[in-house]
Amino acid sequence: MKVKGKVFRYLDNVDTDVIIPARYLNTSDPKELASHCMEDIDADFIKNVKEGDIIVAQKNFGCGSSREHAPLAIKSAGISCVIAASFARIFYRNSINIGLPILECEEAVKGIKSGDIVSVDFESGKITNETTKESYYAQPFPPFIQKMIEAEGLVNYMAQEIQK
Amino acid sequence: MSMTMSQKILASCAKVEKVEAGQLIMADLDLVLGNDITAPVAIKEFAKFGVKDVFDNKKVALVPDHFTPNKDIKAAQQCKILREFAHEKEIENYFEIGQMGIEHALLPEQGLVNAGDLIIGADSHTCTYGALGAFSTGVGSTDMAAAMASGKGWFKVPSALKFNLTGKLSKWVSGKDVILHIIGMIGVDGALYKSMEFCGEGVKNLSIDDRFTICNMAIEAGAKNGIFGVDEITLEYLKEHHKGTPKIFEADSDAVYEKVYEIDLSKIRPTVAYPHLPENTKTIDEVEKIEIDQVVIGSCTNGRISDLRVAAKILKNKKVNPKVRTIIFPATQKIYLQALKEGLLEIFVEAGAVVSTPTCGPCLGGHMGILADKERAVATTNRNFVGRMGHPGSEVYLASPAVAAASALTGYITNPETV
Repeated sequence: MKVKGKVFRYLDNVDTDVIIPARYLNTSDPKELASHCMEDIDADFIKNVKEGDIIVAQKNFGCGSSREHAPLAIKSAGISCVIAASFARIFYRNSINIGLPILECEEAVKGIKSGDIVSVDFESGKITNETTKESYYAQPFPPFIQKMIEAEGLVNYMAQEIQK
Repeated sequence: MSMTMSQKILASCAKVEKVEAGQLIMADLDLVLGNDITAPVAIKEFAKFGVKDVFDNKKVALVPDHFTPNKDIKAAQQCKILREFAHEKEIENYFEIGQMGIEHALLPEQGLVNAGDLIIGADSHTCTYGALGAFSTGVGSTDMAAAMASGKGWFKVPSALKFNLTGKLSKWVSGKDVILHIIGMIGVDGALYKSMEFCGEGVKNLSIDDRFTICNMAIEAGAKNGIFGVDEITLEYLKEHHKGTPKIFEADSDAVYEKVYEIDLSKIRPTVAYPHLPENTKTIDEVEKIEIDQVVIGSCTNGRISDLRVAAKILKNKKVNPKVRTIIFPATQKIYLQALKEGLLEIFVEAGAVVSTPTCGPCLGGHMGILADKERAVATTNRNFVGRMGHPGSEVYLASPAVAAASALTGYITNPETV
């Protein structure tokens, strides 16, 4: 599976409260959640984001709350992949569970700027900055995680596996 | 052997002799928790498993505490999903308004947490129960759904940081100051993916409430869990609240820790975390004159009876600064009633504070104390992210109940030693 998109770049410690503020958590509708994604630190995000775009951030992305609404909002906003130097633990788990691909790669984070076009190959873990023509390698997902992402999350994946 | 406390609990629940850091295991769960924000998503996912019932209707706890009493129609709809599921699946530990409380204060109080238990909760502050020697950690809604269906969870065995505590806290210094001091020292990702294990002879000088507060905020350092060893104080608490026999796990003498921190409790000063991260700490001696608009005393971090007693001691026979909206949230109905019996609520009302029914409301910017643009609050809660308590232009300063109460009197962040 490969994705390609324009980069929205953020700094350290982007927390779940700014990804989706609690005032909107009285719903779990992904589209409604997406319409408020990142608004407290980047009011233009939702206006500018297009299907397939990529978030790149520094360390500890997704720190804070266990709300699965955070990766849901990002995914529903059209983001195809999040690349960060490191992820907070619960966010990492939640993202895989709902089928949002996320990659840890400090080198890529250093070499990518906002607005760059980046492509990612999940099979090999290769991240290419199409704007600068530089490539980086993240630890690729093992096959079952790749399948989980393709199935749009853990529950669908488990259901498929059970039916086999 | 060579295992930490956390690793021993995981090994026991995975029914294996030994685990080591980095190992992936599947383990049996003693309790699965969800609230009115996270459980509705989990319930939707649970339906896809096609199983009729939850794995054990005694081992699932559902607590509507975040947007309750319901703040609007949408919140009411979310809570209805929770209520109907609880009734349909005959979940014993569903706590309706009137019997409820803030989940992490409520579960230990209701005797649902035992030493040695393995607990996951779809709430990041589930790590609170480590205070009682349990391994507890926050997860998301999908993990909660899978756990409700199977009674099992998968874990990557964490490595650990050891905090060797010595000495005794000074007057007006509490567990909140200890954990803010530690987060200030190691940073918001200082314990990322790891266990924080608290030990040393200073532990005996920390009350169970102090330990709850310390473990509650382990997640603010990125930790997977925080945990204290079981001692006489733990056993006394468990005897009063839990019917079962405690399962006591001690770290091996040769257990491996990534790092050991020596903390002298007697040297810790009242500590305040500045916006917008819990790691931005200063001691009360370094804090400038910061004027505030609101004080919030409560939450799963500091809404326990000992917290209310400290606040009452400072507010007794005094008036809060008229420009400071002072809001006090007992964490559970039981704590509320105890505060009533002890006359604490009277002290608060006479001082000009508002006393609320238990809810997580203001802590996460949900309801009951939302800040407007450029307003500042001192809160005993656990997070001070951008927009955490309302408008993204507002600011939250985290502090102990003593600092919060003293600040309510003066109108600016204040050392409790001076009021």
